[in-house]
Amino acid sequence: MRKHQINLTVNSQVYQLEVGTGQGRVNPSDTLSFTLRETLGLTGTKLSCDGGACGGCTVLMDGEAVLSCMLLTIECDGKIITTIEGLKDAKTGELDPLQQSFIDHTAFQCGYCTPGMIMSAKALLNENPAPTEAEVKKALSGNFCRCISHYQVVRAVMDATGKGR
Amino acid sequence: MADNYRYIGKVVPRSDGRDIVTGGTLFLNDLPFRNLLYGKVLRSPHPHAVIKSIDTKKAEQLKGVRAIITYENVPDWKFGNPPIVHLLDRKVRYVGAAVAIVAAETESICQQALRLIEVEYEVLPAVFDEYEAMQPGAPQLYDQLTGNLLPLMAVNLGPTSATEIVTGDVEAGFAEADAVAEGSFGYDNIPNPIPMEPPGAVVHWEEPNRVTVWVSHQKVWLNKRILTIIFGEEVKVRVIVGPCGGSFGSKTMSWQVQCYAAALSKATGQPVKLCYSKEEQLACFVLRPATRINGKVGMKKDGTVTAVAGSWILGTGYYSMTMQTQLAVGCGEAMIAIRSKNWNLKPAIVCTNRNSSGIVRGFGGQELKCALIPLLSLAMEKLNLDPFEVLKKNFIKPGDGYYWRDAQWYNYRGIDYSPAMDQGAKVFGWKDKWKGWLKPTAVKGTKSIGVGVGIHGNADVGEDVGEAYVRIDNDGRIVIIQGLAEHGTGQRNNTLKVAAEVLQVPIENVSITPGDSLITPVEWGPAGSRGTYGILGAVIAAAEDAKKKLFELAAPMLGANNPEELDTADSVIWLKSNPQKSVTWKEVLHLRSVLGHGRFDADYTLANCMMSFVEVQVDTETGKLDVLRVVNTTDAGQIIDPQGLEGQLNGCLGSAGIDSAVFEETILDPSSGRILNANLIDYKWRTTAELPEIENVVMETPMGTHRFKAIGVGEISTSPGPSAVLMAASNAIGQWLHEYPVTPERVLKALGKTTGENRGGAR
Ligand code: FES
Ligand code: FES
Repeated sequence: MRKHQINLTVNSQVYQLEVGTGQGRVNPSDTLSFTLRETLGLTGTKLSCDGGACGGCTVLMDGEAVLSCMLLTIECDGKIITTIEGLKDAKTGELDPLQQSFIDHTAFQCGYCTPGMIMSAKALLNENPAPTEAEVKKALSGNFCRCISHYQVVRAVMDATGKGR
Repeated sequence: MADNYRYIGKVVPRSDGRDIVTGGTLFLNDLPFRNLLYGKVLRSPHPHAVIKSIDTKKAEQLKGVRAIITYENVPDWKFGNPPIVHLLDRKVRYVGAAVAIVAAETESICQQALRLIEVEYEVLPAVFDEYEAMQPGAPQLYDQLTGNLLPLMAVNLGPTSATEIVTGDVEAGFAEADAVAEGSFGYDNIPNPIPMEPPGAVVHWEEPNRVTVWVSHQKVWLNKRILTIIFGEEVKVRVIVGPCGGSFGSKTMSWQVQCYAAALSKATGQPVKLCYSKEEQLACFVLRPATRINGKVGMKKDGTVTAVAGSWILGTGYYSMTMQTQLAVGCGEAMIAIRSKNWNLKPAIVCTNRNSSGIVRGFGGQELKCALIPLLSLAMEKLNLDPFEVLKKNFIKPGDGYYWRDAQWYNYRGIDYSPAMDQGAKVFGWKDKWKGWLKPTAVKGTKSIGVGVGIHGNADVGEDVGEAYVRIDNDGRIVIIQGLAEHGTGQRNNTLKVAAEVLQVPIENVSITPGDSLITPVEWGPAGSRGTYGILGAVIAAAEDAKKKLFELAAPMLGANNPEELDTADSVIWLKSNPQKSVTWKEVLHLRSVLGHGRFDADYTLANCMMSFVEVQVDTETGKLDVLRVVNTTDAGQIIDPQGLEGQLNGCLGSAGIDSAVFEETILDPSSGRILNANLIDYKWRTTAELPEIENVVMETPMGTHRFKAIGVGEISTSPGPSAVLMAASNAIGQWLHEYPVTPERVLKALGKTTGENRGGAR
């Protein structure tokens, strides 16, 4: 079998991962969420349905929201990935305004959906820094939250708009 | 009076907020372990069968497989009420019942191993309908039960528990009624609470008898108690509970997932992680109880309920852990919401060949209420009475009482909630929108708008017991020692608030131990909205005790005869009569700390209350129902955490709440016993694209609880809504709708627009 490598940039760090089986490698059947969580130890990305239904595993790929449980890592060669761990300023620890706004509005209850919610919202603000409330609701409509944090989430996102980077 | 407080009633960022928004929160599946093995469960494809043979040889030979356990080599662990459910059994009783468990080096090896296990079944006839299950000749799930009926005593509640409501003289009550209504009403679509994080556990069993359990759970001490009962008193169980990604009651029933991991760890000597998939959670974990009443009510022209009589059938699926307790609490909650002198309500708990029902927010009372209010509505319609007025009139008032879950009579010492209800009605605009029974509020083309109202209240706000310690260290920092998991209510943060308030210190100086049964004392854990009164009550008492001990040390230093002469704030203690005379905590606590202890004992003399008004729009062409607006109204005594409370009240939509009347249901195929929608695509859930307007009215009338006069209300926000939706939808289309959820098919059938058989859910 030909040796093969996957290049991934995750939260500004470059990873060269060998394709194959065993610790630290990328199995062809590994999902991106598996690689992030199990291989790179970035457990901030949450799994709930592991089947493309709940949005809990949302990360940014080249700035756009994707479901990391529905992508094979081998399809992501050369991509730039941002996870929830990559939103705050790596040097100062300062939170992204979106993250701060979630804290200010207590836009979570159990917090399990929160990383996915924030990443979906971040993707929206990347594309549209001043969305309407209806646009925010539409952008977050793929994110399951069983505690019903939605109202406080929408408020937090609206409050962060314009301040988003 | 919130303004006098430093933290109570103020918005204080959750102390775990930064971790939550940065991905730093370590939920169960995020915890790092060394030498970890993974576990998976092989599940039955048949609803009722006996295992004729099971061959694990091929699976055992697979590289990386470390243990396989079947009913033949499983430890003799059983649980349930009664404890007749074996961890693995030769007989399987629902599609999804555990047949074998496997531990392996990776999850994917586990999956491959499951496929290599060969099982031969002798398939037995199955029964899915509770009424059929009670008939002579029906398939029997257990040798120990007759007619698939479970005993009604909730053994965990002590020597007595409520098993029915029989009081007064119902015949006399019906005789004095101006209207009598009767019929069969159900809430039997068995929706699923589906906390987002699936159930899971990591267990490390160190022989001979030391077990450490990490689990996604809402309770610490109680879970340890349950596992100790299962494993035996000689086993030393340590339970560690970190952040919990939602529970809504359900994860209190996590004994099986923990025992699977425990058995595999015992067999391998290594820690084993076993987390359910979403599909397993939906098909094999906790559903709402199914409820049906065949009932009769009498009502006077002034809305007085003169009698309630009938049978209450609770469908529990293949076993019960707490259904008897739900029955007992449900009966008490019915008495709180319906002030009738005459009752004859006879429950039964029935097993069928489906996944089990169990603990979900609303705990028995929501289920009963969702069937009782439609029955009451028929009587109200006959008398042309406004349901808001009738529900308000019939909710418990000072001077009344009720039989609570322990079958004891309690005199209610709480408030009259009528002002909160009136305020809610005003905010909603009830008087303008209510047009009479089966009359829409407005009609625009094919869109018909209707309104409805529901109510719920619960005397478990002071349930059970709990303890806490508050330690003041010599650096002036404070540690709360209490066995508490954070499952979404912000309860852990609220313990910091009350301790900081009692001791008048910056909240940053206060922290709380992890929920770890090795460290933390008895504490029942969140249930029945007991957090505000019970959990915080213990912390308040412990903080007061710590302060007293601190003052006892400081008094001689300040020349005081009595600690009562002292006061403190910001780590300085002074003489009240001469504030110039002071010492710092540091000086008092030189090379020492003080430890205060607080205890909360059960108090069933108070009840909370939630009334929900809903406005729905029904499209009479397509049958689609949209919830346009919800107004929840309550009185919390004193708001502790405004944003957390809002979250709890907005939660009325989720976790098998209001939406269990709109689109949520578990669909069981009656020919195969399979759940057809056990995934998050086919099981419908609320999205941000369809959010109704929610307004929460929260009054603050001081309650007779603890020094902050607050009462909990979070649990019950899901409960009044479903029956209100049914009422609103009936009014919108001018036809009674009595089945949950109000699907387009049901609407069109009620309107005579389809003749097709109702697809339905559970039955
Ligand atoms: S976990 Fe990826 S969409 Fe649900
Ligand atoms: S906050 Fe619990 S799932 Fe969203």
